[in-house]
This record gives sequence, structure tokens and C-alpha cells, in this order.
Amino acid sequence: MTVADVFARCAAQDRGALIGYLPAGYPTVDGSVDLLNALVEGGCDLLEVGIPYSDPVMDGPTIQAAAEKALRAGTRIRDVLSVVERVSAAGGSAVVMTYFNPVLRYGVDAFARDLASAGGLGVITPDLIPDEADEWLAASTAHGLDRIFLVAPSSTEERIVSTAAASSGFLYATSIMGVTGARDTVASVAPQIVARCRPHTSLPIGVGLGVRSGDQAAEVASFADGVIVGSAFVTAAENGGRDGVRALAAELSDGVRRAGRPAGAPQPA
Amino acid sequence: MSTTSGGTTHPDGGVRASHGIATRSGHEPDARGHFGRYGGRFVPEALVAALDELTAAYEKARSDPEFLGELDRLHRDYTGRPSPLTDAPKLSEHAGGARILLKREDLNHTGSHKINNVLGQALLTKRMGKSRVIAETGAGQHGVATATACALLGLDCMIYMGEVDTRRQALNVARMRLLGAEVVPVKTGSRTLKDAINEALRDWVTNVDGTHYLLGTVAGPHPFPVMVRDFHRVIGLESREQVLERTGRLPDAVAACVGGGSNAIGIFHAFLDDPGVRLVGFEPGGDGIETGRHGATLTEGSPGALHGAMSYLLQDSDGQTSESYSISAGLDYPGVGPEHALLKDIGRAEYQPITDAEAMEAFALLCRTEGIIPAIESAHAVAGALRLGRELGPEGVVLVNLSGRGDKDVDTAAKWFGMIGEDQRAEDADGTAIAERALSASDSSFADPGAQTEGIQL
Repeated sequence: MTVADVFARCAAQDRGALIGYLPAGYPTVDGSVDLLNALVEGGCDLLEVGIPYSDPVMDGPTIQAAAEKALRAGTRIRDVLSVVERVSAAGGSAVVMTYFNPVLRYGVDAFARDLASAGGLGVITPDLIPDEADEWLAASTAHGLDRIFLVAPSSTEERIVSTAAASSGFLYATSIMGVTGARDTVASVAPQIVARCRPHTSLPIGVGLGVRSGDQAAEVASFADGVIVGSAFVTAAENGGRDGVRALAAELSDGVRRAGRPAGAPQPA
Repeated sequence: MSTTSGGTTHPDGGVRASHGIATRSGHEPDARGHFGRYGGRFVPEALVAALDELTAAYEKARSDPEFLGELDRLHRDYTGRPSPLTDAPKLSEHAGGARILLKREDLNHTGSHKINNVLGQALLTKRMGKSRVIAETGAGQHGVATATACALLGLDCMIYMGEVDTRRQALNVARMRLLGAEVVPVKTGSRTLKDAINEALRDWVTNVDGTHYLLGTVAGPHPFPVMVRDFHRVIGLESREQVLERTGRLPDAVAACVGGGSNAIGIFHAFLDDPGVRLVGFEPGGDGIETGRHGATLTEGSPGALHGAMSYLLQDSDGQTSESYSISAGLDYPGVGPEHALLKDIGRAEYQPITDAEAMEAFALLCRTEGIIPAIESAHAVAGALRLGRELGPEGVVLVNLSGRGDKDVDTAAKWFGMIGEDQRAEDADGTAIAERALSASDSSFADPGAQTEGIQL
């Protein structure tokens, strides 16, 4: 299974993919494995396993608090790799989402090697732009990992082109200018950023930041190939544990299925 | 005796404040802001457009006579540049007889070197058509300077400050609020400067369209390390001429404190091509390196990416940022500017820790020998100069960047030296209460004369 396979499988069902984020080690290492497995049971197509980090500048209060809790509980990078290994063994498809310094410190090539051998499919890097990614480009290629870079509403066309060219698996479009956190409405710029990316890439485009309900998921899935949900799952885990997470995944998964095939999506190969 | 070429100086003598940005230093990063392997941009893509816009605006401004003239005028008439060079003969007696010369950045308007950079960036903010400024602050010196420039130029101003720092530098919180800035106490992480920067970055990602992040040190993503450095190069350019004029020769060593490293890079830069001049940065050694409670990033840290740049940082084996500690809020930071990382690696500058106790001893000594109350940050440089002077002996000349004044630190110092007696402790408690009231006062309460009486007495 690759990230491309995950999106192809969804496209074959005439729908977008549901991508669910939770930080590894939250609330404990074992607990996070349970929660991630519950995401899959609820209907998530791809898991985003977060590496808790001390200085998460792209995250709002919900994910900050979860990361802080995971770190206080002593979560290490090797624990994150074991979480990836366990959820992958249980049948999930997982990428890691991480700020770059933990990867640098681990050793860029060593991290790619160990993540690949744990069954991880790729890495989302919110504070690494392709301009600074030479070592990561080499390591991810060497170990067969997808590299998922971000584009933003403020990205110029030139940067959309270069970022898409450096990406594989899917292209991550942040739907708003801002940090992570559930919001009541889907930003009006979200369809625009996806539409601006389409001419420059045949990669699937995932949209993140702010989605928390089935209706919002359906709205995003009407124009994007993947709906990325994070903070809302953390809140669901806090309030309802495993059942809460599974129920929210089911609601969002239903929304994605209801939307049908995303407008403008590349044809499945 | 002058070693600088035409155009450097005012007709009436002295270095133009704008010279540091109008000319290239000969020690430039590559086009993407890399100093060797350090620097660059480790940022969310969402910020790249704003960083590119800032880079372009800065490049344009540095060759625009109107911009340079405005900066010169403000630094002369408002900041009070050039700042003087003061001989410290009685302090020298405690430094093995070496001659100690103090570059008096503490005499600048707002009380520190920070204004050099702030006025430049505030003028750029206006040029970019942005109306809102955000900034982080540790000791409050950068926050006060930013609030001041925003008041002067009519910009909205929001300052992020770690909650721990709002307590230990309550006077500066009140100053910022008096100047019309909104001060946001940051309650995440270690609640100090590192977390204030995180929160400012989050604000910037969200509001980047109309907002400029007026970063206060030579860290952060390109172009900040090079641009902030250039705005501070005036410190070294002025003092190099002043030392030459005063002593007829170059100093043997230049001493500066290093948190993020802005005042140090500002004074070091004019001497980079003088191989006989030792450049020594003094980092916060806190309770002592061996205790693990310190902020000595270059002494004890390792390379990594934090707050937008590759540099040295204090981190654990998983790349999680370690909490720093220093009695000095302005130095209490687990990162450092990327150019310092390069200067360390190539051996052009050296970095040594100074403990809280050494810094406070130097603080007291400067107060009593020369009648100058330094910022506790700058007291680290003074302590370093005492060390260097003892190594050099009576023939030595040490130039010290006295980067800020210590009014803000009087409370901390009085406690450290036990100057507050039992009968005064009750008053102290009340003083703290006053400071905290000032701290919690909303902007609107300052508009109410009745509500602000006690705050004003600060």
C-alpha cells in the first residue's frame, strides 16, 4: 500500500479520502494506538500520526495541549515509530506529521529508514519548505517515503509549482491563513487554493485546517481529494475516548461519501 | 584616524546611522539567507510570501536616499545617536588594570540598543502599507522599543511576552501599555521568550496580510538575521571610530552579551576583518553550566532548527527544545542567531558562559565604581570584560557593549542583594501588587484617570 494507492482506492469509489490526525503518545503511547485504530474503524482512509513537539508554531490550542500532554507523559521518537508500526500492522495506512527539528536530531536518513521499516508511508512537514529540503528529498527517495509539503492561500503560483513538483503522495493545501483548530465554517478561500493548484499537479490535493463536522467534510470533499481533520479528533478523544473518535470518524466518513467525486479531481489511473 | 571610506560620516563627523544598511558588510549570507549551514527559512509555507515581500522592501529601502535620510534623522533627533563611548577607569581597577571602554547603547531612547532595529523595521512596515505590528519580548526592552516606534509612527501594536517575564519585568509591561501597546501574557510552554516567539509566529501566520512581525533579534527566518544585524551595525561602526579616536588603536577584545545575539552581532561586525581583535560573546550561565540551569546555547547546544532558522539550540536527544534559565529575561532563550553559530564554528568569535552570580557581581560593581546601572543582560558583558581584562593586563583595551540600562531590573537586583529589609517587605508586597495591577490593567483603564493613578506612580 502507498499513499497513491489509498487515494486511488477512494477515487475508484467515486469519493475523496478522509485523513485523520492524532498525536502519538496522547493520552499515552498505548492509548494513541487504540485511538488511531478507532479512526480506521470509523472510516478514516489515511492516518496522520503526529510527533509531539515542544514548539508547534502551526498548531492551535487543542493540538498544543495534546502534544504537551504526550511529551509530559514521556513520549519519545522511538515510541512514535512503534505507534506507526502497530497501527500499520493492524491494517491502517499511516503517514507521520512532524515539525522538522525532531527529524534533524534523529538524523534525516536514519529517520526515513526507520519510519519506512515501521511501515510508515510518508511524512507531512509543516515547517519544511522544499527550498530547505535537499537532505529530506534524498532520504525520502532512498527509503521510498512520500513527502507531503504544504501550500497556503498566500503561496504564489511559482511556489505552488515548485512545491507540487517536490511533493509526492498528495499535496497538502491549508485552507485558511492560520493555525490548526476546528472552525464553524469552511473558509471561502479553500476552493480557490485547490483550484489554483489543479493546473500544476496531477497529485491528489488534501485540504486541512478547521473541519469538524460531517457537513463540512462533505463540503470540502466536493472540491478536494482528501479531507484532513485533526483538532476535532483530539477534542473527540478528550470527551469521548475511543468511542468518541470512532463516532466522529464515521460522521466525517459519511460526509465524504455523500459528497461523491470531487470536482476537478484527476482521473484515476 | 578613520579607516572608513567616503560617505560613511556626517559632515559634522561621526558615523551615519544608516551606514550599516546602505553598505554591504563583506560578510553576507547566500541569497536564501544561509550563513554556512545555518540560517535559511524553516517556516510554514504560509509565511514565505511575507518574508519575500519583506526581503524585497528591505533591499529597496537600503538604496533609497529618502529612507536612509529618514532613518538618520530619527536616530539623531529621536534615539540620540551617536551613543557615547565612556571610559571606565575605576571599573578597570577590578579588571587587571586593562582599559575598559563602554559603548553606551543604554543611553539610547527607550534604554537599549533595540531601538536601532525597531525604527528601521517600523519605517519598513509603513512602506509595505501594513498598519499592525506584532513583536515578542523577553526583558521587555524590545517590546518597549517597538511600542515606542508604533506610537511615533501611528501603528497598531501587540506585544507577546511570556507570563513569567511579565512578572519579573512588570515595569516594562506598564511602559508598553502606557505607550498604547496591547501586551499579551503567553501562558504556554515555559512561559518565557521562546513561547512568546511561538505565539507571535502563530499570530503572524493568521494575520500576515496587514501585519508585520517586528522580530527583535538576529534569529528567525531570512531576512531577519541579516536585516536586524544591519540595523545594529551602527553600534560597531560608531564604536570602532570612537575607540580609534580615543586610544589611537583598535581594542584587544570586544565583549557583548548574547541571548539571541543582536547587540553582539551589531558591535562584532565592524571588527570581523580585524584579526587582532578578539570577539567574545557572553552567554547566560544561570546557576552554572554543570547544573543544567542556564541559557548558554552556543556553549552547550547543538545544531538544529528553531523559530525559522538553523542554528545552535538547547535540545534533548529527540530534538525537543530544552527550557533555558537565566536571571536575565532578555537572555533566557534556548536559541541564538545563525551568524553567531557560523562565527563560533569558524572560530572568529568565541562564546563563554557567565553565571547569574558573576553577572550580578559585575552589575553591582559598575553601579558603585562608575555610577551606571546596567541592564542585567549587559552586566553579563561587563562580567566578561572583567575576565578579559584580567587576562590582558594593564596594556589591554576592552570594548564593552553596554546594551541596555538597568532601571527595569532594580527590583530583581534589590532582592538579589537583600536590600529590601523586613519592614520594607510589606511595602514590596504592595509594590508587587501595584505592578500586577498595572499588568492586568486593560487599555481602557489607562484612559480612566482614576484607575491609572497607581500605575503612573511606577
